[in-house]
Amino acid sequence: MPQRTMAVALNGSKREVAVADHTLLSEMIRGLGLLGTKVSCDMQVCGACTVLLDGRPVSSCTTLAIEAEGRSVDTIEGLADGPRLHPLQTAFLEKAAFQCGFCTPGMIMAAKALLAERPSPDEAAVKHWMDGNICRCTGYETIVEAVLDAARATRP
Amino acid sequence: MLRRFELHRATSVDEAIALRRDLGDGAAVYAGGTEILMTMKMGIARWPHLIDVKPIPELHGITVSGGMLRIGAAVAHWDLERDPAVARAIPAFAELERNVANVRVRAAGTLGGNLAFAEPHADPPAFLIALDARVVLSGSEGTRRLAVSDLITGMYTTTLGADEILVSIEIPIPAADARAAYVKFQILERPSVGVAIAGTVRDGRFRGAPAVVVGAVDEVPRRVPTAALDGARADDAAAADALAEAARGAVDPVADLAGAADYKRHLVGVFAKRALAALVAEAA
Ligand SMILES: Cc1cc2nc3c(=O)[nH]c(=O)nc-3n(C[C@@H](O)[C@@H](O)[C@H](O)COP(=O)(O)OP(=O)(O)OC[C@H]3O[C@@H](n4cnc5c(N)ncnc54)[C@H](O)[C@@H]3O)c2cc1C
Ligand code: FES
Ligand code: FES
Repeated sequence: MPQRTMAVALNGSKREVAVADHTLLSEMIRGLGLLGTKVSCDMQVCGACTVLLDGRPVSSCTTLAIEAEGRSVDTIEGLADGPRLHPLQTAFLEKAAFQCGFCTPGMIMAAKALLAERPSPDEAAVKHWMDGNICRCTGYETIVEAVLDAARATRP
Repeated sequence: MLRRFELHRATSVDEAIALRRDLGDGAAVYAGGTEILMTMKMGIARWPHLIDVKPIPELHGITVSGGMLRIGAAVAHWDLERDPAVARAIPAFAELERNVANVRVRAAGTLGGNLAFAEPHADPPAFLIALDARVVLSGSEGTRRLAVSDLITGMYTTTLGADEILVSIEIPIPAADARAAYVKFQILERPSVGVAIAGTVRDGRFRGAPAVVVGAVDEVPRRVPTAALDGARADDAAAADALAEAARGAVDPVADLAGAADYKRHLVGVFAKRALAALVAEAA
């Protein structure tokens, strides 16, 4: 299989990763042992596989790994600072914004991109941004509340 | 999982054209990949070669000059949604872009890919046709300009040549007192019905016939005859009903998961009226 070795800033640390042209970003990430990124629908609809590519949320299930060459990839594993959880993680816990948890890493990564662009979104903005992240369990109310809580907690 | 292929990164339009010529049927152009990777995953298409056109500088950039908004074919929905020049020149287009697909598809998917794929359940085509937008295509034979309505000729069918690349999209910026609007209805990931409108309302009357184009329901976007609206009062309910009737008559809806043909035809009438109301509200 033809492999290319490329440089990626994965969760903030520079790495050399070998991928084939047809390797998907989700396969690369999970192949490196980062299993927080889930693949569910495999068709860009559910958002379980959401990671950030140079800060933009993408469906890693339908993104070529090679697109990450020379760029940054952020996954759920990069959020906590040691034992200190990220405000989004804390808010999801406090609001119990998940049940089975399969959608949660994607939800949190999507929300992270939102707050990076709009630190103080209103409820409508959260709903619009997150409408491509599907949860089978919670009914969304607590998820939207958790994102709004995290926004409040992060504001100076 | 994707089957094995080789990715070629083109860095100029000429290189992309040469790659298309040399690799022939074994290669497809690849931009954001939101459509083409899906066809490959689902086994609908098999391409031993993909030609990545994103590294080509001419396929990027959003510029305004000579009353024209020029958008590189590889510009993503995400960028169109945020670009201040787009919001200033054609605010209704920025709004349309904000509501394409979901945030991840917008981050990756390009305007050129949307047009070149010619999937009927799409938002930009109807709007671009209503504004008389053109595409710039380059191939071995040179560069040509084509109306968007002459590019998209059927479901997943375009007049793009075998070695051609879509380079940019040119949208004439509406005159100072003209307005545009786009309304859509959707229950799945993609629009069931979209109606685009562009025209001028002055002193409470339509000046000239507005352009109305229905997207997503039929195999290709359909223009609605609107001559009767020229000079009509903006609040004339009978004129709005006549437009709804004309819009229903202009389409031959394709039944699919989004709805049966008669249901979609009904929606077309409802949304043609809403588009008209949106235009009048914009003009107020
Ligand atoms: C879940 C989901 C929801 C969606 N919802 C919507 C929606 O609501 N509205 C909507 O309008 N669309 C929607 N889409 C369609 C979305 O994929 C397109 O809008 C997107 O812009 C396609 O662009 P791309 O760059 O990803 O195309 P690609 O997949 O890279 O390419 C698509 C096709 O175009 C060709 N191509 C690409 N660029 C060029 C070029 N420069 N020159 C020649 N040929 C080229 C390719 O060969 C291929 O055949 C949705 C898609 C998904 C997966
Ligand atoms: S698994 Fe990628 S969007 Fe559902
Ligand atoms: S918590 Fe189960 S899918 Fe969201």
